[in-house]
Amino acid sequence: MSSAAKPSKTSKNAAPLHLVLGDEALLVERAVRAAVDAARAVDPTSELTTLRASELTAPVLLELASPSLFSEGRVIVIEAAQDIGQDTADALQSYLADPVDGVVMVVVHSGGGRSKAAKALPNALRKAGAAVAECNKLTKQSEREAFVRAEVKRAGGSIDAGGVSALLDAVGSDLRELSAAASQLTADSGGKVDEQAVRRYHRGRAEVSGFVVAEKVVAGDEAAAMESLRWALQIGVPHVLIADAFADAVRTIARVSAAGRGNPNHMAGELGMPPWKIRKAQGQVRGWSTPALRESMRIVATLNAEVKGAAADPDYALERAALKLLAARNRR
Amino acid sequence: MSVWSQLVGQEPAVETLSSAVTDPASMTHAWLFTGPPGSGRSVAAKTFAAALQCEQATGCGECTGCRTALAGTHADVRLVVPEGLSISVAEMRALVQTAARRPSTGRWQIVIIADADRLTEGASNALLKAVEEPPSRTVFLLCAPSDHPEDVSVTIRSRCRLVTLRTPPPDAIAQVLIERDGIEEERARWAASVCGGHVGRARRLATDDAARQRRAEVLRIPTSLRRPSDVFAAADVLIKAAEADAAEESKERDEAERAELRTAMGGDGTGKGVAAAKRSAEAAVKALEKKQKSRATRTQRDTLDLALVDLAGFYRDVLVVPSGSRLNHPDHAEHSTEAARRWSPEQALRKLEAVLACRDAILWNVKPRIAVEAMVSTLAE
Repeated sequence: MSSAAKPSKTSKNAAPLHLVLGDEALLVERAVRAAVDAARAVDPTSELTTLRASELTAPVLLELASPSLFSEGRVIVIEAAQDIGQDTADALQSYLADPVDGVVMVVVHSGGGRSKAAKALPNALRKAGAAVAECNKLTKQSEREAFVRAEVKRAGGSIDAGGVSALLDAVGSDLRELSAAASQLTADSGGKVDEQAVRRYHRGRAEVSGFVVAEKVVAGDEAAAMESLRWALQIGVPHVLIADAFADAVRTIARVSAAGRGNPNHMAGELGMPPWKIRKAQGQVRGWSTPALRESMRIVATLNAEVKGAAADPDYALERAALKLLAARNRR
Repeated sequence: MSVWSQLVGQEPAVETLSSAVTDPASMTHAWLFTGPPGSGRSVAAKTFAAALQCEQATGCGECTGCRTALAGTHADVRLVVPEGLSISVAEMRALVQTAARRPSTGRWQIVIIADADRLTEGASNALLKAVEEPPSRTVFLLCAPSDHPEDVSVTIRSRCRLVTLRTPPPDAIAQVLIERDGIEEERARWAASVCGGHVGRARRLATDDAARQRRAEVLRIPTSLRRPSDVFAAADVLIKAAEADAAEESKERDEAERAELRTAMGGDGTGKGVAAAKRSAEAAVKALEKKQKSRATRTQRDTLDLALVDLAGFYRDVLVVPSGSRLNHPDHAEHSTEAARRWSPEQALRKLEAVLACRDAILWNVKPRIAVEAMVSTLAE
């Protein structure tokens, strides 16, 4: 869990040098705001200057960060520091070696960067004793769950495990939306958020990938397959991705069925697929006969052309292909 | 040796073209060369250009005009050979501009478009303007597989004089291989008999071991599909060959081109202003990479298409074996006769159609692996 999402200790936030590292926009925004607020708490008259690193030049930086006559407080936010030029980076380094009292410097860096100077910047800042706020994209489900829990807590409520997973299912993985939904739910449900409360305000699933649809199709679950396909089309999953997922699912089963039974770990090298994929396909093979698989391979090949412009209506082509695949599977 | 000897087995076309060179009354400003792949459409266009630029006005093959036009270095012959998947409007507009100039040394300003079927709609409209009202000394030579509207738009077609090339007979191809390329007679005859009338392919098969081997692998596919897993092995053979070809070609050229561009954009320079220059260089590198990717896709598709044509030829052989007409692959006659006994004509036709459907699918941008696996699984039925 990123420190930025939680209210951190004041002593850390009042530091004269901050490094906000990462590219998750919401977290970055919050970390910057926290740093600025902390500086304002010390000196409410601080003047805030926000600049993109690409627009910043060494002389401007020098002017901004030089001691002033009445020593009023200043907060300098340097955004997109991954695009910093060599000269500006040098100027920043020399400032780090000799910081000025009353100036709070907040450097926002994505963690990447093309030039050597930009790549070296985070380490230099760390060495100079910057307060670091990590704002990386949340990629794991567990991280998102923790984020939702922290959001609800921030809003002054609590949420149970069922509520967390229901909310993630319904809203998706965009942190801004999750955060908004969490605070809204907390306010609406009077502090205690559970699955029922989430269901009352959010219906259906937010995220259906092509693979989810394809899995239901090859499993032969017609109702679920059609439902998830419609959802996927509704939320704008590209047709080509769904068609590719169909093709991948069918050919995986065909390959595994052609290879016969065996230990997935041993077959992985020969088939060029990861063992978990083979194991899953071995479970799905049972419902499929060889002629059905052959026909299905033709169906997905035609579908592939159809979603790339051969069909007048790719939505219809996808639905028809899904129904044809289901029919091919069920024909014995 | 006259330039016309380059055109193999195309006597009627040669007659038309040479009379256009000598007789101003039968000359016109725009020509469309059509014919099956390998019949020498672009060779015909180049030859015609050479004859038009010839100092003797006959196509002697000896003078500077003839030689430079054939080598592609003549100042007044512009050759457009698309390496990517299509010819863009921008490219055509630039070409139309240069086509409007008067010839500098030769008698004509000549523009050859080698694959006019790859013109995008916009590009062919840009070209149309010039073909419609050409400058007095400009000649357009377009090459396309056919004058079907899918290949050449009707508006362009109606403003061109059509020259159709035929599939050259095997004897003529063998003759050329022996005389021009110095290939021994037996191999030349074999290559001419299996190339399907494609002169370039005959030469490749006669000179390149890898090409011969690849053809043998492809033609083994129809008779080797016994177990279900053979389908994927066979598809793999086809895909891998295409990918290897594309990779080989791009390995040779991509890195060199990128290095050249980097140097041109001041890549290894030092000092002030380098960072700014590098940023603009990145855009140019991106554009180059896009071009290279398009070229690799084209190579991959071309190689795959060659294999599919060989396969289609085999299934055609299976269909025509009972009638005793000439086979596409006489050296695999044993297999096709055997297959004709086992499969009904209907089955063979179904397989042939699967191969042709796969060719279409690849034109529609279907992922090659998906298209090929679907085809091979139909072949295995």
